[in-house]
Amino acid sequence: MKHILSVLVENKPGVLTRIAGLFARRGFNIDSLAVGESEKPGLSRMTITIDGAEHPIDQVTKQLHKLINVIKIRDLDPDLTISAELMLVKVRAEGDKRSEALQIAEIFRAKIVDVDRNTLTLRVVGTTEKSEALLELLQPLGIVEIVRTGPIAIARGRP
Amino acid sequence: MKMKGSEAIVASLEAEGCDVAFGFPGGVMIPLYDALMDARKLRHILVRHEQGAVHAADGYARATGKVGVCMATSGPGATNLVTGIANAYLDSVPIVALTGQVRGDLIGTDAFQEADTTGITLPIVKHSYLVTDPADIPQVIHEAFHIAGTGRPGPVLIDLPVNISLAEMNYREPTGFDLPGYKPTVEGHTKQIRAAARALVDAERPVLYAGGGVISAGASPELLELAEMLQAPVTCTLMGLGGFPGTHQLFLGMLGMHGSVASNYAIHECDLLVAVGARFDDRVTGKLSAFAPHAEVIHIDVDPAEIGKNVRPFIPIVGDAQHVLARIVDEVKALGPEPGRTADWVARTEQRKEEFPFHYDEEMQEGELAPQYVIEQIDEVTGGDCIVCTDVGQNQMWATQYFKYRFPRQFISSGGLGTMGFGLPSAIGAKIGRPDKTVVDITGDGGFQMTMQEMTTAICADAPIVVAMLNNGYLGMVRQWQDLFWEKRYSATCITAQPDFAKLADAFGAVGMKVTERDEVADALREAIACGRPALIDFRVRQEENVFPMVPSGQSLDEMIGGHAPKKRRAKAAGGTPAAGKTATPAGRSTKPAAAPPGNEAAAPPGKKAGAKGGAS
Ligand SMILES: Cc1ncc(C[n+]2csc(CCOP(=O)(O)OP(=O)(O)O)c2C)c(N)n1
Ligand SMILES: [Mg+2]
Repeated sequence: MKHILSVLVENKPGVLTRIAGLFARRGFNIDSLAVGESEKPGLSRMTITIDGAEHPIDQVTKQLHKLINVIKIRDLDPDLTISAELMLVKVRAEGDKRSEALQIAEIFRAKIVDVDRNTLTLRVVGTTEKSEALLELLQPLGIVEIVRTGPIAIARGRP
Repeated sequence: MKMKGSEAIVASLEAEGCDVAFGFPGGVMIPLYDALMDARKLRHILVRHEQGAVHAADGYARATGKVGVCMATSGPGATNLVTGIANAYLDSVPIVALTGQVRGDLIGTDAFQEADTTGITLPIVKHSYLVTDPADIPQVIHEAFHIAGTGRPGPVLIDLPVNISLAEMNYREPTGFDLPGYKPTVEGHTKQIRAAARALVDAERPVLYAGGGVISAGASPELLELAEMLQAPVTCTLMGLGGFPGTHQLFLGMLGMHGSVASNYAIHECDLLVAVGARFDDRVTGKLSAFAPHAEVIHIDVDPAEIGKNVRPFIPIVGDAQHVLARIVDEVKALGPEPGRTADWVARTEQRKEEFPFHYDEEMQEGELAPQYVIEQIDEVTGGDCIVCTDVGQNQMWATQYFKYRFPRQFISSGGLGTMGFGLPSAIGAKIGRPDKTVVDITGDGGFQMTMQEMTTAICADAPIVVAMLNNGYLGMVRQWQDLFWEKRYSATCITAQPDFAKLADAFGAVGMKVTERDEVADALREAIACGRPALIDFRVRQEENVFPMVPSGQSLDEMIGGHAPKKRRAKAAGGTPAAGKTATPAGRSTKPAAAPPGNEAAAPPGKKAGAKGGAS
């Protein structure tokens, strides 16, 4: 099972290295990691997704907690969580492919953010599953490049 | 107050109560060393290699319970500390390491003697700082001591770019800590503590398994009280030795790979195992799935990440060992343990101790010396009242088996990392921290040569330690594995090409002695202790003696080899007359292990390579 960890950290030099280093040393694989400033000055919030079947999740969180710069960790309940990632994807769009690509974009409410003679670049925001579904449909057209932020996540309602 | 960054470092160290620092200078450290010249409370001890500085700080910390401090220059100085930082990390020893760094504007340019010290040490520190503003110095040092010494102790590194040391700054005393992410749990959970007390009074075959956490938390009195109240036998890990009196009737000895038969069997048979400040290391548990198979486990540790890491406890308690044990004692008292409930169990462990003592062939021909005898004599001559530091290998294991550690912080040894070369510098650190105590470094001929330059440090720092070298002409512990599991193919383990250590000691300005006979051992030790100078005794011991009992790597604790004492020794232990001389089965002497204890039919015979997968200690 995938776990989404929301980790509040001090925004200090080396914090990302410490977290990445900890994961590497203990043999935990990160599926994705997104980080940015939080609502509190001097603190950043990271969203880390990790495969819980592969690693005992309580070891991961306990080891993370030992880092002095880590302030708070929440293992988000997927049912009570809003999560979204941003994806940019460039597809081949010569001839007939162009209208097909545009149609798919329309269905997924993806924005066309760049166009040239041979390609289209789509921007989509949504769950990881949505990105995956879009990619599956675009695959036959020929995908040139994919860039994804990995999900960021927030618990529903009040804390 | 206006001062230089370097002066602020000295002032901050002194404000933390730091009275000694071990170090070695270099280009970027000149400003700090300049300030040290004027330090009034802080004494600097110049080592001869930075590894010596960090191990000395480590030995100092273990002997005193205070935070040890070491310092080194940028680049090679800092990388020379790495082994010792890893050592302190694995054994949870509070040290603060100060490293010089190149000027801030040169960082990242591959400047002369630049190494990414915080990066290199990241996985082996509890925390680290790269100071970027001289005004932060007092706060950083204040926090570093706090982090190093509280919770689960560990090393903290402070990297100091030279421009920070040179800068003028305004020294302001730190006001508290700004560590929102650091709040060690001290008090245990009340419900869990009650449950633990209940389980303890209900148990019929309890064992208390004490690790280094008992010593760092100062929980020995509570452990003793609990053990006596419940009449529960106690076993210690390597790190826990001294945490429970080795002379006590309830003490079973160390457990694990070279632990006592009594301990390992008790673990195998107990119905309740209470781990206190111990972490179920693979050298302790052997095959994890077969460890304590009949026991429910209570695990008390200040580090929540240790709980459930290797063994899933029935009652987990996060907290400081001293606090938690004190409250368990109160709860147990309130419940009132049933007298005699564990009597059969204790009798059984007693019997095991008598039946399977540590043993060796005590018969020594002329020019032949048993290494175990040397350790027994150290205990005898000092009356057990000395600090013992050890190196790594057979010497270390015999030091755990044949000396009875009586008080906490008496036994100082590299447990987790198994660092050869630790013995001598840690002994110097211990002696400087506890000048009132005799300090004996039990070492091997191999390990001594890894840090022997520190003999000069001992001389210069006036640290009269006694180096008791068990010189077997081999990298003995590795040779033992080759003997047992690799068909005696002694690849690269014979080290008889070696200096004359007594003369070498003499050349260092220390007292050097060589001992080959049993009768000379005690006198040599007495002389070395009395001479008031650093001394080294080169004990020429049996070369191919093995450490037994032994649980081959990856096997279960009841699959010990070499645990059975020869008959004469058993007679003696049982109170019979010690048979002087001839014995039919020189079991202790043989490189072949003696028969395994009864009830051990399933034990795999030695000589299988399968058991030798892991490295030596
Ligand atoms: C720095 C380091 N290198 C290698 C080892 C592997 N090792 C463990 S014990 C040992 C032999 C030690 O020989 P010696 O110091 O003579 O002690 P003895 O076992 O003979 O008592 C070796 C090489 C180690 N523990 N540490
Ligand atoms: Mg040796």
